[in-house]
Order: sequence, then C-alpha cells, then structure tokens
Amino acid sequence: MKQVVVISGKGGTGKTVITGALAVLAENKIMVDCDVDAADLHLLLHPQLKEQHQFKSGATAFIKQEICIKCGKCQQVCRFDAVKNKYFIDPISCEGCAFCSHICPVSAIEMRENISGEWYISDTNYGSLVHAKLGIGEENSGKLVALVRQKAKQLADQQNSNWIIIDGPPGIGCPVIASVVGVDKVLIVTEPTLSGIHDFKRILKLVKQLKIPAIAVINKFDINLENSKEIEIICEQQQIPFVQKIPYSEDMPKAVTAGKIINEYSPHSEVSSDIEKIWNFIRD
Amino acid sequence: MIISIASGKGGTGKTTVAVNLVLAIENGVQLLDCDAEEPNAHIFIRPKITEKKSVFVPMPEVDRAKCNLCGKCTQICAYNAIVIVKGKLLIFPELCHGCGACSYLCPQNAIREVNKEIGYLEVGNKNELDFVHGKLNIGEILVTFVIKEIKKLKNQNKTVIIDCPPGTSCPMITAVKDSDYCILVTEPTPFGLNDLILAVGVLRKLNIPFGVVINRSDLGNKNVENYCQKENIRILAKIPFSKEIAVAYSKGITIIDSLPSYKRLFQEMFDNIVASKL
Repeated sequence: MKQVVVISGKGGTGKTVITGALAVLAENKIMVDCDVDAADLHLLLHPQLKEQHQFKSGATAFIKQEICIKCGKCQQVCRFDAVKNKYFIDPISCEGCAFCSHICPVSAIEMRENISGEWYISDTNYGSLVHAKLGIGEENSGKLVALVRQKAKQLADQQNSNWIIIDGPPGIGCPVIASVVGVDKVLIVTEPTLSGIHDFKRILKLVKQLKIPAIAVINKFDINLENSKEIEIICEQQQIPFVQKIPYSEDMPKAVTAGKIINEYSPHSEVSSDIEKIWNFIRD
Repeated sequence: MIISIASGKGGTGKTTVAVNLVLAIENGVQLLDCDAEEPNAHIFIRPKITEKKSVFVPMPEVDRAKCNLCGKCTQICAYNAIVIVKGKLLIFPELCHGCGACSYLCPQNAIREVNKEIGYLEVGNKNELDFVHGKLNIGEILVTFVIKEIKKLKNQNKTVIIDCPPGTSCPMITAVKDSDYCILVTEPTPFGLNDLILAVGVLRKLNIPFGVVINRSDLGNKNVENYCQKENIRILAKIPFSKEIAVAYSKGITIIDSLPSYKRLFQEMFDNIVASKL
C-alpha cells in the first residue's frame, strides 16, 4: 500500500480538484482529507457518513471563582496571555499547558478536556473517505491530521487497499508536516505566479528537509509562461521530477461549482487528460 | 484602526485585497503580513527592508549533573515533550510549546531555558507605507509565536492592515484577534462558501465585525451571495475574474497598478468600513 499526498504551499492552486481526480483514477484506494480546518474534498466526493467520532485533544484551564483568591500568580506565569481581567481564562488563547493549575496556591484551576473536533469515515462512489472537522477556534490541527491518517491506514490495511490518496492543507507548518511524514510520494501543485514560486521554494525546502520524495506539477501554466519556465528550472536544479503542466481552464471552477470531479465533468478535456498523465506517472 | 483580511480557503485573494487596500488608503498605513508560513505581500509591495529580527522561543535544556530523574517534568508537560527512556531524560523540541512549566517546577532546578530561533521578522517601508512581515523557519511549527511578534510591532497611530494566514485554526485566529474589522475574501464556489461559513463562525465567536469580498465573482454561482443575504452579512465588493488581473498578479503587480480604475472600489471599501465603525 502506498500513500500519496497533494500539497502546494500556497493555497488555491488546485490541490483539492487534483486530489479528487486522482482519487477517481486510483484503483482500490482510501481517500483522506487532511485539510482539517477548511476541508473541501467532501464537496466533490459527496460522502455518505458511516462513522462519526469525537476528537478529544488537550485541555483548557478553568478558574473556579469560588476558590480563587485573586493572587494573580496564574497571570504572571502564563506565556499565552490567556489569563484575562481578574481572573478568567480566555479559552481561545489558552494552550492547555497547565502551568497555571500547577502553581495555583489554592488549587482553584482545573484542566478540562477539550472536544476539539470530529472525524468521520464515509462511503463515496469511489471508495472510503476519512475526513474531519476541527471545532471553531480549536487548535491541535496537526494532531487531528495525524489521527485521520492513522485511521485511514488501519482502514486501508483492513480493506487491503493499494493506495491512500491524501488532500493536504496549505502552508508549511504543523498540519502540513503531519500530512507528509511517512508518505511514499508528495505531489506539489504550484502555479506560475511570483507568490506561487515563492511558496513553492519554501515547501520544497520542507520536503527535502524531511527527505520525502516529491514530484511537481504546474496548474494554470499558461497564465505566465516565463514563470512556468522558472519553476521547471527550479525542479531541475533541485532534482524534483517535473511531471506536468496543466493549462488554465474555466472547467475547473465550473466543475467545482457543479460539485463534480473534473474528469467526470469534462472527461475529454485537456485538463482531465493531463491529470491522467500525472496519475500514470505516480502509479508507475 | 486594525483591519484584518482573512479567508477560510487559501488562494481566494487575501493578499490581493490587502495590498490594494493599502495602496488605496495612501496615507498613514501599516501593513502587517501575518501569513508567516507563506508570506506574499512583499512580492507586490517590494518594500525596502531596514531591519531583521529573530523570533525566539524558550526551549528547555536539562543539566544532567543536577537531574535526578525524578520524572516530575514528564508528568507536568502537557505536550509529552519530555520523556525518560532507559534512565535518560529526553526533550523533543518539536513538541514543546515553550510554556516554561518544566523549568519553573523542576525540584532540582535542573532545567534551564535556552532561546531557539524559529523564524524572523523583517521591518521596512515603501515610501509612506510601513511594512512588517515574518517568516517561519522551514520545519518549525510554532507559527503563532511569529505572528504574535509581528503584531507587537503594530503602530497605534496608523491604520493597520493585517494579511492573515488561510484556514480557521490557531494561526488565523492569532492573526485576526483584536481586529476592529475583518474582511473575509471568498470565491463563489462550493469550496469558497464552505470555508466562508467556517470563517464566519470564528469571527462571530471572537466578536469581530466583518464583511465579505467576493473575488472572481462571475466564476461560480449565487450561493455565496444568497448566504450573505440570509445571514445579513455585508458584501463589501465583488471583483469579477479578469485575465488581465490574473496575469498582473502572476508578475507581482497589484490590481490598482494594472487597472487604475479599481482604486475607487478599494477606497470606497475602506470608507465604508470606517463609516460602519463610527
């Protein structure tokens, strides 16, 4: 069983559209949405919910007012500015370190377990989807990503799947790192804009640092041919296989608007055949 | 006044709105690019960087001569960043949040904190515009520390425009917090709508007033507009798709510089926001 993750550094380059298409092309697979704070893959795959679970993670401090002697010690030690006024915890700022509860002289501070989100296993027309939703304003998205991937792996083992196809989050931080560690292949989707190139270089550095094999594609390459050329040169220098250039096409937003996978929406389009080439490269 | 520009979904045009707004306001503006994982505003502003500052996070370091392996720190650490394996204390900096509890509470006083660089800020300007952004070092995860450091440099005497990271979790919340107003940039697709609804949830929880800009407003359907109407959310502007804008963007050129007639749209957006706060 092999795991493939689609990431981009910059948001909005077409990760989810391409992941959806790869998910259709791959045979005998599990699909995973690791963009847990703004998950969109389900809008293309239309899952039927089979299992729903709480994601419990970390804790938030709570000051019992009836015990608190207003000494202010908690406020002095908190490095997250989570102790407000005299004295209440701002749950959004609290990182759950429990420093305050350890030093409170009258034990007025209790750590309460967080329910930080939910994760799901669903059926789709193309196979099982493991996805999640981080609660509003919750943290630990990296942990939720790790959990979703672990559940997908278990499911893939049970079902004897050949592939796990993962939609990754934007950026280079915690949830991205959790999405890419231990995968067999990272597919980086970039775009030929100066922002795209800037972000592409940073995400390349990350995957190199983590020593994960990566390949690259450019979406909307014809928006700027010069920049597309530069991306190809970067790939050559960094010894990253450059696999495909995909042209700009209004089919992409149209397919998304119709809630359809691009190779269902316009099966004979250039975009669809380009994505097929990407899949053939990954498969072989 | 602090105006932040955010969106649930990435790539909807946050940076585009932020830099054009800055250009339209003209005077007394400071731009803070808080997307410290992938900052892009500098590409459009091309500021002259005058100062670079490291961002440090205190990380625990154990003095093995003093440590008697009592294990108190391993019980205290909420992030499992300290463990004792085979009679040896190990610290995992990638799990540490820098809270300081272990070093403060160690009975042997065997843990001290050493500053570790996790990223840096760059401060500069472009003519009258003050500019600050931060960059998280590759492989680091404590991006919120970098965002907080950027925000410490906000100039109270200026209009502060904050370009936020995408998403709806800690980095985005750290960036939008304490804003007087937030502009949510979206696109009229199911992805845009889904992520807009999540971002609206965050702003309502934080009690920050907000309005919506619909970018590439003609590529999609009416569902975002219908949602805004139903929820009584102000639509601040609609920017139709234009190949000219897309090509200019690819070269790091703002909308106002490529299509100057857009300046009015951003000026009016700013005036409307200011008026709504009076």
